[in-house]
Amino acid sequence: MIRMTTTHGTAPVLPLPPAAARAATAAGAAATLASTFLAWTWTDDFPGDLTVTGYPGGLQVLTLVGALLTALFAAAGYGFKGLRWLTPAGTTAPVLWLALGTLGTTWYTITAISVQLGGLANLEPGGWAAGLASLATLLATLGLPADRATEEEKPTGWQRFTGSLAATAARPAQALPSWAEILVIAASFGIGLYVFTYGIDTEYGELFIGYLILVGFAFGALHRAGLIGRLTALTAKHRNVTLAAAFAAAVCFPFTQTNDQYTSVATNILIFATVALGLNVVVGLAGLLDLGYVAFLGVGAYAAALVSGSSDSTIGVQFPFWAAVLTGAAVSLIFGVLIGAPTLRLRGDYLAIVTLGFGEIFRITMNNLNGSTGPDVTNGSAGIPNVPDLNLFGFDFGIEHTILGVPVGRFGNYYLLMLVVTAVVVLVFRRAGESRIGRAWVAIREDETAATAMGINAFRLKLLAFALGAALAGLAGTVQAHVTYTVTPEQYQFAGPVPPNSAFLLAAVILGGMGTLSGPIVGAALLYLIPAKMQFMADYQLFLFGIALILLMRFRPEGLIADRRKQLEFHETGQLDVPEQRLPEAAAGVGTAKAEA
Amino acid sequence: MTTTTTETTPVGGPTGPVLSATGVTMRFGGLTAVRSVDLEVHPGEIVGLIGPNGAGKTTFFNCLTGLYVPTEGTVAYQGTVLPPKPHLVTQAGIARTFQNIRLFANMTVLENVLVGRHTRTKEGLWSALLRGPGFKKAERASEERAMELLEFTGLAAKRDHLARNLPYGEQRKLEIARALASDPGLLLLDEPTAGMNPQETRATEELVFAIRDQGTAVLVIEHDMRFIFNLCDRVAVLVQGEKLVEGSSEVVQGDERVVAAYLGTPFEGAPGAEEVAEVEAAEAHAGAAAGAAAAAGAEAPSTTARTEDDQ
Repeated sequence: MIRMTTTHGTAPVLPLPPAAARAATAAGAAATLASTFLAWTWTDDFPGDLTVTGYPGGLQVLTLVGALLTALFAAAGYGFKGLRWLTPAGTTAPVLWLALGTLGTTWYTITAISVQLGGLANLEPGGWAAGLASLATLLATLGLPADRATEEEKPTGWQRFTGSLAATAARPAQALPSWAEILVIAASFGIGLYVFTYGIDTEYGELFIGYLILVGFAFGALHRAGLIGRLTALTAKHRNVTLAAAFAAAVCFPFTQTNDQYTSVATNILIFATVALGLNVVVGLAGLLDLGYVAFLGVGAYAAALVSGSSDSTIGVQFPFWAAVLTGAAVSLIFGVLIGAPTLRLRGDYLAIVTLGFGEIFRITMNNLNGSTGPDVTNGSAGIPNVPDLNLFGFDFGIEHTILGVPVGRFGNYYLLMLVVTAVVVLVFRRAGESRIGRAWVAIREDETAATAMGINAFRLKLLAFALGAALAGLAGTVQAHVTYTVTPEQYQFAGPVPPNSAFLLAAVILGGMGTLSGPIVGAALLYLIPAKMQFMADYQLFLFGIALILLMRFRPEGLIADRRKQLEFHETGQLDVPEQRLPEAAAGVGTAKAEA
Repeated sequence: MTTTTTETTPVGGPTGPVLSATGVTMRFGGLTAVRSVDLEVHPGEIVGLIGPNGAGKTTFFNCLTGLYVPTEGTVAYQGTVLPPKPHLVTQAGIARTFQNIRLFANMTVLENVLVGRHTRTKEGLWSALLRGPGFKKAERASEERAMELLEFTGLAAKRDHLARNLPYGEQRKLEIARALASDPGLLLLDEPTAGMNPQETRATEELVFAIRDQGTAVLVIEHDMRFIFNLCDRVAVLVQGEKLVEGSSEVVQGDERVVAAYLGTPFEGAPGAEEVAEVEAAEAHAGAAAGAAAAAGAEAPSTTARTEDDQ
C-alpha cells in the first residue's frame, strides 16, 4: 500500500519525494545498523563495554535492534512480497515510531556516555556515526507521506508531525487456519517472554532506560502497524489458548535464568501483580475505591507466619502448607467482611477515606501487639522472623533443584509456586467477572440506585467483592511470608518506596487498566521494575513516578490496557462501538487506533 | 411480536389487586411531598398517574419501589406488604424505569437486560467459579430470555452496542426491556415518552399495550395527556401530594379541579367559559399543545417546592 502520489492531506512533514525519502530511510537504517559495530567510546568505564569494534554490546544491541526493525518496516512499506503482513494498517507511522525509538535509545546512550565520562570528547567516531545516522533516518522518515490525511486545512509542521504518528484502520485480515492462529499466539508469547526477560536481566540502569525507550516506541510502532490489533483479535478468539500460552511462557522464565538474582525480582513482581489483580476485583469490577488493600496481604502473611512453625511465632504450631494457605485466605476473608460490613454502606470518597484508615489501623495494631503495649501476638515492629522454607511432598523450596538440566534456585521454586497462586487468582477474576455476579458488580459501579432497582442487593454484592478481594490478597500473603522469611508491619504501608503498598497497588491497577485481566499485571511489572532498576535515581523516584502518572492520566486515562468499555468512556468517538461481528480484526483495529489518536 | 413463549409471574388471586398502596405519606422534614395517597392497580390494568410538576408523582413512585421509606402507610404487592428495600420490591415483582434514564451506560444492551434478570436467576459466586453444567444452562437461559425481550422491544440488532451510544428513544425502550427482564407482575413507568416525538410516542403506546397483553399490569406517570388518555383504563391525579381524583379518562378530563390544578382558577372578572372551552378544544387538538399548557400550568398555580428528582 504505497501512495506514491502525495495528496494535500497526507503531505509529509519534510517535503521530499516519497521514493527518495524511502531510499534515504533504508540507507539511514543501514548506516545506523553498521555504526553499532564500531566502537562508541574509548574506555570500558561505561557499563556494557562499547569499545569493541565488530561486536555490538550493551546499549549498542538496542540500537542495532531498533535499526533492524526500522529497516524491516521500511521494507514492508515498500511493498516487498513476503513482508506485507507486517503492516496491515499504517506503513509510515510504524517506521516513524521506530526511527524515533532508535534515535531516542542512541542519543540517550551518547548522552549517558558524555555525562558519565565527562564530556563529548569521550565519544569515538562510531558514537558520532550512530548519532548522525539515527538522526538522518528520522529526517528521512519525516519525508514519507502520512498514512492518514489530516483534517486541518493548512496543517502546521507540528500538526503534520502528530498526524504522521497516527495510522489508518487495518485492512481486513486474511483468515488463517486455526492451528496457524494458535501458533501465532504462541510465537508472540515466546517473543514477549524474551523481551520481558531481557528487561528483567538488564544489569545496569542505563541499559534498562535504553530498553524502556526502545520497547515503548517499538510497541507504539507495532500498534500503528496494526499488529497489536491483529494479535488482540486473535487472543480474544482463542482465550483459553492465550491464557495457557501466557502461563507456559511464565513457567519458562526461571529456566532462562542462570542464578537467583533476577528470579527474586520476578517472584516479587508476581506477588505484586497477584495482589493488584485481587484489588482489581474490588476497584475495577465493583468500583469500590479501597486505599487500605495492602492490609489484607498483611493479614494473610501474618496468619501464615504464625502457623508456619517459625521459632518466633507466638503460636507454636506448624500447619501443612495447604492448611496455612486456607488459614491465610480465610482470616483475610473474615477481616474483609469485618471491615467491609460497616464501611460498605458508604459510597465513593467516604469509603476511600475509611479504608485508608483501616489500612493504617492494621499496621499500627500489628506494631502494638508486642507484649508491652498490647498482648504479645506479633512481636511488634520486630515482626515474625525465621519463617521456614516450605516443603511440599518432599520438595524443599529452600534449596536448589535441577529441573530438566537447569538449576532452579530458592526464588525459582517460589516463583513457580507463586505462579500457581497467580493462575488461581486469574481464573477467579475471569470467571467471577463473566457471570451474573460480575455483571451485578459492574452494574453497581455504573449506577448503584438503578442496580438496586433491578433487584440487586448492592450491599451484599459489594461485601462479596470486598471479601473475595481480601481472600485473594490473603492467598498471595501466605506465599509472601515464606518468600521474604520475615513478616513485619512496615511491609504493609499505605505508601512507600517498595511495592507492594496500597498506593502502588492502586496505581498498578489504574496504570494498567481497570477491570482488565492483563492490565494490573503489566502495571505491576512496570511499577516494580522501574524503581528496582533505577536505584541510581532513588531520590527522584517518587517524583518521576508522580510525573509519569500525571502524563498517563492526561494522555491515556483508561490505562495502558483498556477494555472496550473504558476506551469508549474516555474517548468519545461514535464509530467505535460498531459490533465486532463481521470484521472483528478491522473493528478492533479501528478501536485501538482511534483510542490512541 | 414474539411473546408466545413468555410466561409472567403473577400468582396472586385472580381478583385481588396487584398493587395496593394505603395511606402512603412521605415527609421530608417539614415538607409533605406525598400525603396519604391510596392507590390500587388490578391485574391487566393500565393506570395513569398525572399531576403538575412537583405534585409528588415520582416521590410516590419511589415510595412504592422502596427507594424511599414512606413516613406512613404501606405498599402491598398481591396482598403481601412490601419491605421498603428496592431489591426486595423488585424481587417481589414490581419493576420500574426512571424519569431521567438510568441505564448502565458502559454495559452493552444485552448485558443491561441480563442485569435485569438478576432476581430471577440464582447462580452465585461458587457456581460462577466452578462453572458446572448448571451455570452454563442458567446463563444460556438468561441470554435467551434477554434476547426475547430485546426482540420484543425491537433492539435485538443492537445487542452488542453500548447502552450509552443508543439514540434517546431506544434508551427508553432498553430501560423498559431491562425492567421486564425481572418478569414483573407490575411495571412502573416514569415518564416513558418524555422527549419523544409523536411517532416514538405512538410506538411506546403500542409497546405498553403489548406489555399489558402479556399479563403485566402497568402504572405510568406521564405529562402527555393524549398518551395517558389513550392508554389508561384509569387515571389518578396527584396535586400537591394529594390524590385529587381517580377515575376513567372522561371523569378526570371533565373534572374542574384537575383543570384548575393545571391551568389555575379563573380570577374575578377573568376570561370566562369561552376561553376555557377554547383551551380545552386546543388541548383536544394537539397533544403537543397540551404538554406546553401543562408546563405553563405548572408554574402558575403551585409553589409546592420539591423538584421531582428521584435521588
